[in-house]
Amino acid sequence: MSIVTPREMVGRIGFYVLVGLVTAFFALPMLWLVATPFDDQPGLALSVPDPTLGNFSELLDNRLALPSLLNSILLAAGTALLVVVFAATAAYALSRVRIPGRDIMLYLLLLLSSIVTGTAAMVPIFLLMFELGLIDSRVGVVLVLSGGLLPAAIFILKDFMDSVPKSYEESARVFGASSFQILRDVVVPVIRPGLATIAVWTIVNVWGNFLVPFILLRDADKQPAAVLMRTFYTEGGSPNLALISTFSLLFSIPVIAMYLFVNRRYGFRFYGGIKS
Amino acid sequence: MASIQLDGLTKVYPGDVRAVDALDLSIVDGEFFALLGPSGCGKTTLLRTIAGLEEATSGTVRIGDRDVTQLPPGKRELAMVFQDYALFPHMTVADNISYPLKIKGLAKPERLTKAVEAGEELSLGGLMERRPGELSGGQQQRVALARAIAVHPQVFLFDEPLSNLDARLRLEARTFLKRLQRELGVTTVFVTHDQAEALAMADRMAVMDAGKIRQVGTAREVFQRPASTFVANFIGSTPMNLLPGVVQGDGVDVSGQRIPMPADSREHVADGQDVVVGVRPEYLTLSQSAADGALHGVVAIIENLGTSALVTLEADGFTVAATVPDGEEPPIGADAWVSAAEGRTLVYRASDGELVDAPVAAAIA
Amino acid sequence: MAQQTALPPAEQPTAPAPSRTSATDVAGLGRGRAAAFVAPAMLLVAVFLVFPALWTLYIGVTNYRLTGVQARTPEIVGVDNYVDALGDPTFHNALFLTLVFVLFSAVLGQNLLGFALARSLATLRPVMRRVVESLVLLAWIIPSSIVAFLWLALLDRDAGTLNALLQTPGLAWLIDYPLVSIIVFNIWRGTAFSMLLYSAALASVPPSQLETARLVGASRWQTLRDVVFPHIRGHVLTNTLLISLWTFNDFTPFLITAGGPNDRTEVLPVYIYNTAISGGQMGYGAAVSLIMLVINLIIALFYIRLLRERR
Repeated sequence: MSIVTPREMVGRIGFYVLVGLVTAFFALPMLWLVATPFDDQPGLALSVPDPTLGNFSELLDNRLALPSLLNSILLAAGTALLVVVFAATAAYALSRVRIPGRDIMLYLLLLLSSIVTGTAAMVPIFLLMFELGLIDSRVGVVLVLSGGLLPAAIFILKDFMDSVPKSYEESARVFGASSFQILRDVVVPVIRPGLATIAVWTIVNVWGNFLVPFILLRDADKQPAAVLMRTFYTEGGSPNLALISTFSLLFSIPVIAMYLFVNRRYGFRFYGGIKS
Repeated sequence: MASIQLDGLTKVYPGDVRAVDALDLSIVDGEFFALLGPSGCGKTTLLRTIAGLEEATSGTVRIGDRDVTQLPPGKRELAMVFQDYALFPHMTVADNISYPLKIKGLAKPERLTKAVEAGEELSLGGLMERRPGELSGGQQQRVALARAIAVHPQVFLFDEPLSNLDARLRLEARTFLKRLQRELGVTTVFVTHDQAEALAMADRMAVMDAGKIRQVGTAREVFQRPASTFVANFIGSTPMNLLPGVVQGDGVDVSGQRIPMPADSREHVADGQDVVVGVRPEYLTLSQSAADGALHGVVAIIENLGTSALVTLEADGFTVAATVPDGEEPPIGADAWVSAAEGRTLVYRASDGELVDAPVAAAIA
Repeated sequence: MAQQTALPPAEQPTAPAPSRTSATDVAGLGRGRAAAFVAPAMLLVAVFLVFPALWTLYIGVTNYRLTGVQARTPEIVGVDNYVDALGDPTFHNALFLTLVFVLFSAVLGQNLLGFALARSLATLRPVMRRVVESLVLLAWIIPSSIVAFLWLALLDRDAGTLNALLQTPGLAWLIDYPLVSIIVFNIWRGTAFSMLLYSAALASVPPSQLETARLVGASRWQTLRDVVFPHIRGHVLTNTLLISLWTFNDFTPFLITAGGPNDRTEVLPVYIYNTAISGGQMGYGAAVSLIMLVINLIIALFYIRLLRERR
């Protein structure tokens, strides 16, 4: 290790240069996000900012900016609630009770959810919501997103449930606990990490989803941040960079925080297609 | 406290797998009873059927004077300790022990008092606020026991209670469990695949195979008089010598050598019948001089067992093993003769492996 | 039963300890309640996933439009939409662009860069490693609306950072090299997944085998080919299928170029949006969607077969 031939030296320098270039490639676009919100003269060019918090007042000036973040929260929370509750009950029953054709059904579900993507199914989904009168309805968006995320959530949670010893529940049964008591006192506390993972996974997915709310929500008052952002720079000629930069920062912080939380709490556990 | 009575108990799994097959068994009030058998013999299924975790396909389970066959597990007044203890990881030791009492509807102060009592009894005093993950295997087992004791059940069921402990702890736990059971006097059924465990702990045991009971009896009965070659093979830390032979007059011809036959066996067999002679190595005496009715062989292997040694003799057509006391091992390659102690020779029918003098039905008492 | 007892004990089929694995209902839930537990999830999936997929079949053979007469009474036009699509140069263009996009950004770009990152990260110091890993992951988790704008700023003709760095003022990347731009963008965006998957895969290669290779004096390339690759072949396939599927269905290019200029980045998802949702030709859009669903199905079937083989 201590004696380094010139050839190895060149190789190692080359390696670090490459790593540096790749790092720069990934860092470069993100520098704007970090610098511009605090720049007193926000522009498209990168510059060392003359620090100011003045740009953040733009958030209040735009009538729709902050409410759109609230819309994002509503959509994410609503979907997370539906997905966690329904996926947990379904996964529990599928893991513990032998329902005929269970395995086939799970695979079919997974197959379906990976092929019927928002993109491939935007036409029928748009028409379905149109016929149901759910265009411009946040509930409609939550339902569509839940339907798409549930299969993978059930699959992941069922795997998780399968790893929980059945003797926990059997033991409680011998003590005379009812199935509701078993669920509340034993199962839910034991699978809480799994539920948290699914909740975070759902929230991150919904938070960043553009297409579904984009085609289903026309009313700017109901649009989430991901969709509303477009109006900041496509309407009225030149983009409002003070607004876009501060809004972007605010909008990205929750998912980054959640990623850090999951990473620290549970480690970045790897569930096949965790993000779709 | 209660007895347990099983009548024609059958458990069939989908695919016509008979895990428990028309089984009759009665376990006396206060008894420490072992279900023993190789893995897959149905012993755990039987225990779970008694618990109510498995629904019986047919037959009845009675605990005391109640028919509990149709009752859910919670109404059978029994407590079960699982192989992995099934301690709830998110509850403290105190909460784990008092959880069954909470289900029974006891008020919080009362159930905590009882949990502490049960904990004290199993010397868990300083551990009540810990989580199961912070306990050693032996401590976890005691928590599981305390949880079972706290509800004062009619019956205890233990599924492989010692299998999750390391070898040294297992011996301690064996003594401990036996004393605990004696003190509490609660009817206890436990499942094990380890014959030494069953012999050491149980008042009586049932040896099972393929969903059926092969023999029921005390440790001594099962050890000394295995009802079949299957049981003979399964019980004992050194396997029983099983020598195929042919009945000739008042003896058995084993590959050209002749050994005497117990008089009470003789009347059950015909001349020329194929039999299997069984003698435990512990009941064989080895000598280095020829004796009447002894089997001759050449010393091939000597295995040290601590206070004794297991000597394997090779003869023409069979091998036979005998234990000799420490320090009396013959040299390898020497000629040696073994003869059975009075009344220790068992004769099995070659056809079905049962004792010649005991019809099948008599074995299930 | 008679047959069973007639068998000698030794030959009786030993039940493979069915007690633990095949208990029909450990929680005492009962079939009825179990069905009730599964039902809400299944209902949502049925209405918002299964039904739309099936409905695509029907819409695709109609002249359904959002406005006008056909909105109220769509007529069955048979396979006209499919014939139209297959003969339409704009569809050919979209299909070709999608193929190039998936091949270069996912199959080659993300795959190779992800693998290279996973391999080199292991040799870096922990601090460096965490920095690089975090940056790659950030690119993956920041919402697409934001990253799209970040790239618009980066590639801007007049004030863009890229032109400033390369000293190519006035170069309009998104107009002169639109397809290359979104390919590079997608590599930036999605490499994290490949990196994570390959990191996990590489960690599963038994160290003893790597050491054996070192002991016999194998070169780095020989080790990679003879020891590492056989171990992660399944992962490579899994990764390639998944990232292809996702890239194929990715709508984010729309946020950067909206398909332009002159349809030069109009990949299939954008094409469907522009013709069906924007242009109102629902029947035609559904026909193209069905083609897309079939391609998805083929990729997914490969993937599921892979999953089942490995179980």
